[in-house]
Amino acid sequence: MLGIQIKMVSCHLILITRLPTICVKVGVIVFPGSNCDRDMYHVLRDVFKINTEYFWHEKKLSKNLDAVILPGGFSYGDRLRAGVIAAHSPVISDVKKFASKGIPILGVCNGFQILVESGLLPGVLMKNDSLNFMCEWTNLIVENNKTPFTNKLKLRQKIPIPIANGEGRYYADEKTIKLLKKNNQIVFRYSEIVNGSTFRIAGICNKDGNVVGMMPHPERATEPEINPIDSKPSSLIFESLLNVIGVAH
Amino acid sequence: MPSFMVHVVIENKPGISDPEGDTILKDLVLKASFLSVKKIRTAKMLKFKIIEKNKSIAKKKIHNLCDELRIYNPMVSKITIEVFDD
Repeated sequence: MLGIQIKMVSCHLILITRLPTICVKVGVIVFPGSNCDRDMYHVLRDVFKINTEYFWHEKKLSKNLDAVILPGGFSYGDRLRAGVIAAHSPVISDVKKFASKGIPILGVCNGFQILVESGLLPGVLMKNDSLNFMCEWTNLIVENNKTPFTNKLKLRQKIPIPIANGEGRYYADEKTIKLLKKNNQIVFRYSEIVNGSTFRIAGICNKDGNVVGMMPHPERATEPEINPIDSKPSSLIFESLLNVIGVAH
Repeated sequence: MPSFMVHVVIENKPGISDPEGDTILKDLVLKASFLSVKKIRTAKMLKFKIIEKNKSIAKKKIHNLCDELRIYNPMVSKITIEVFDD
């Protein structure tokens, strides 16, 4: 859908113009300790002109949302295990309902950890091999370009993108990895060994492909001002979403 | 009803790497020449105080709680539970 803007051109002439203002609505969930929620909101709202709304984790999600994003941060201070306490938040039952309806859901960093801990995605995110909090630029390779967040990317396309996590080492047992490969659920891999992730996995999706989790931060890489390498590939993650929820960007 | 302390130890399953344990072994213990130490595995312990009829029920309740709330991730971790009189 395209938005409509009413412009006062003079006292008498009113112009009604169609603007590329995007009327689809995306929800950004805020947990206690989320700290990338505002970055995500900014990118959706200011860069991609999407109608975006925050949702506190204790509130219900609006039924008219076209996509839901779980942002990065340190929900509940990573107590017990990153993401596990937030995975029991009231909003997660709504996220599960949305997921079962095929609505696109993206979890970034802590959002990915929450999706894993809530059982929406398989596997687990463990402490990085180095035991360090890693904050650096990495390169992703696109392994699945059929998801709502990758359909405008090319297969094997390289995405320069930052990571910022202490518990980002994806692990799944052999059986799960086999299933992920078989079902084309591996969405992103690191181009080289970064943190000890099994099969260098950086992002996966559910079997239906509508729920995607990734450790790196696309919201920190979509603007040339803050991306010293190339902001276009990360932008395509959001443009892919727009492509799916009804607006070719 | 009596009060019990239930200790839950969460540790990585055998075969799951434990870089923290490895670092303590390699960079602290072995460097300090405690050469007879061959392996260190780290763990997290939660101590629950619970009021129940007996030790067996207390243990079962905490075990169920750990499973239901994913206190540990069964893909990579295991738990051992011990019950003590409070």
